[in-house]
Amino acid sequence: MSHTPPPTAEPEVPAWRLIVTLGSAGAFAGFLLVFVFGMTAPTIRANKAAALQRAVQEVLHAPYRYDTLYVVESALRRQPPVGVDPENAEQIYLGYSAADEPIGFAIAAGEPGFQDVIGLIFGYDPTTRTVLGMKVLESKETPGLGDKIEKDSTFVRQFDGARAPLVGVKQGRASGSDPAEVDMITGATISSRAVIRIINNALERFEPLIRMYAAGDP
Amino acid sequence: MGDLFWILISAMVVNNFTLALFLGLCPFMGVSARVSTALRMGGANIFVLTITSLCAWLLNTFVLSYAPYLRLISFIVVIASLVQIVEMVIKKLSPALFRQLGIFLPLITTNCAILGLAIFQTNRGYGLLEGLFFAIGAGLGLTLALVLMASIRENTELADVPELAKGTALVLIIAGSLSLAFMGFAGLLSST
Amino acid sequence: MRAPTSADATLRGIWRENPVLIQLLGLCPALAVTNTVANSLAMGLATFFVLCGSSFLVSVFRKLIPHEVRISTYILIIATFVTIADMTLEAVVPTIHKALGAFIALIVVNCMILGRQEAFASKHSVGTAVLDAVGTGLGFIIALLMMGTVREVLGNGSFLGVSLFGPSYEPWVVMILPPGGFLTLGFLLLGLSWMRRRKTSKPAVREWPEGVADKRAA
Repeated sequence: MSHTPPPTAEPEVPAWRLIVTLGSAGAFAGFLLVFVFGMTAPTIRANKAAALQRAVQEVLHAPYRYDTLYVVESALRRQPPVGVDPENAEQIYLGYSAADEPIGFAIAAGEPGFQDVIGLIFGYDPTTRTVLGMKVLESKETPGLGDKIEKDSTFVRQFDGARAPLVGVKQGRASGSDPAEVDMITGATISSRAVIRIINNALERFEPLIRMYAAGDP
Repeated sequence: MGDLFWILISAMVVNNFTLALFLGLCPFMGVSARVSTALRMGGANIFVLTITSLCAWLLNTFVLSYAPYLRLISFIVVIASLVQIVEMVIKKLSPALFRQLGIFLPLITTNCAILGLAIFQTNRGYGLLEGLFFAIGAGLGLTLALVLMASIRENTELADVPELAKGTALVLIIAGSLSLAFMGFAGLLSST
Repeated sequence: MRAPTSADATLRGIWRENPVLIQLLGLCPALAVTNTVANSLAMGLATFFVLCGSSFLVSVFRKLIPHEVRISTYILIIATFVTIADMTLEAVVPTIHKALGAFIALIVVNCMILGRQEAFASKHSVGTAVLDAVGTGLGFIIALLMMGTVREVLGNGSFLGVSLFGPSYEPWVVMILPPGGFLTLGFLLLGLSWMRRRKTSKPAVREWPEGVADKRAA
């Protein structure tokens, strides 16, 4: 016969016990979470910053350093908008060489592709109007087909030195004479078109801002 | 406006909550035997999803920026309370509907789709309107999946299914075919 | 009925009452994150941690938690552990955390965990409760690994990222996509049903006299 504790004598549990139980459970939970949060938050922030830095390094071809420019009221500023968490504010990055000369801007953008939103970052040199490089940050495109936009190195390398605005052409047709032409991927038409569209749209948005910034800043 | 439409259609068919994102499977397996029940469950879900989206947005905007680690706990507490409240309101307003929904309402609390919606909405940074369209699309998608599964099951009730496959295995295989069919919706709204 | 021995409590959860394959609980994560073995393992371990932690606490405080608020308290405890697991994963393995995405947080509504607290941990001593949690957790990990192995090997030709068949293998891509998840679990359950049928029919054949045995086996 298994040993079960005898049923409790009181027919009803007083309300204060319910509140105390939930309250103390909540307090304990909160305390524990604050503690773990304190321990993990710095690492998480560092990871995010490192990932961003790696991406910017890749698309701007290893700049010596880079500055963050925030979009504040349709203009680019070095300070984030007031009252907004810098991490969430819309921003682009300006890379400098070791000789302190600007290399180009790194812009992150995202738009719906074939399956879901494609997020990427690309480098851009406003003086020659060329794209410096492209890196897909987030994609849920079809494995084996759409995901070639990040896995096919030939496709990715094409963006190195492509002239904006980009023009997508059927695979193999990019003759090399028109620097704006980019070979799309056969079997991944919509995904590759999305990548080109994302870059063109982002440039349409940021070019005026960049020109204003370049004009106003020494 | 196009963005909102994309969000709705995407949640409904392109990234269907049940068939592509694997949320809301418990009711999917358990409730989808009859089309009428499926419709009612789906309706209840749409309702709860929309309100959850609103609450999640409120929480995210006004409260959780100070304590992001309390996000999960506050979401689940809000959802549980919400379902309780909805149950009480329906009981008061329409006892007939309450009787028809029966056990389904409390089951919505552990429906991963509700919590899933709140989390996806947060991760994607949707605003108020985007969140609502997302919730409606998700709810419609859930209902669609439920109703499709229910009608297939109703039609195959008397079919000659091998003894081995009867039950959940069959439901899963049917779900697999449905999911495969829904993959055809990918690329639906991709503009030029 | 004798009280379950410690070994029984653990072993039962691993196979005979496997939470995913027999009890059909926790299906959402079982289908969603099993597209690679690494993801399956990470999800399994995270759930294991949450399950053991909550079972431990629920069992320790089982006499103090009033009946009326028990579900809310269990959920509070579970949610706390899930948040801890989430933050830890994000800090330690950010790539896997990104792949698992929202499903780590969805461990909270995994009916398996709440079910375990309600049915077992709240009624047994700490030791037994923890052993039960360990058994169920291991069963969950095993089920997930089975799914993950089938899906990754067939859908990507690799195991834990290591290519098994070389570059000429044409992967059965659908296996790592959502339909593949449904079909894999469906056929897995079918296979188990078949195995169970074979087991139950075998002893019966031995008991029948000759002649009748042949007719039965037919």
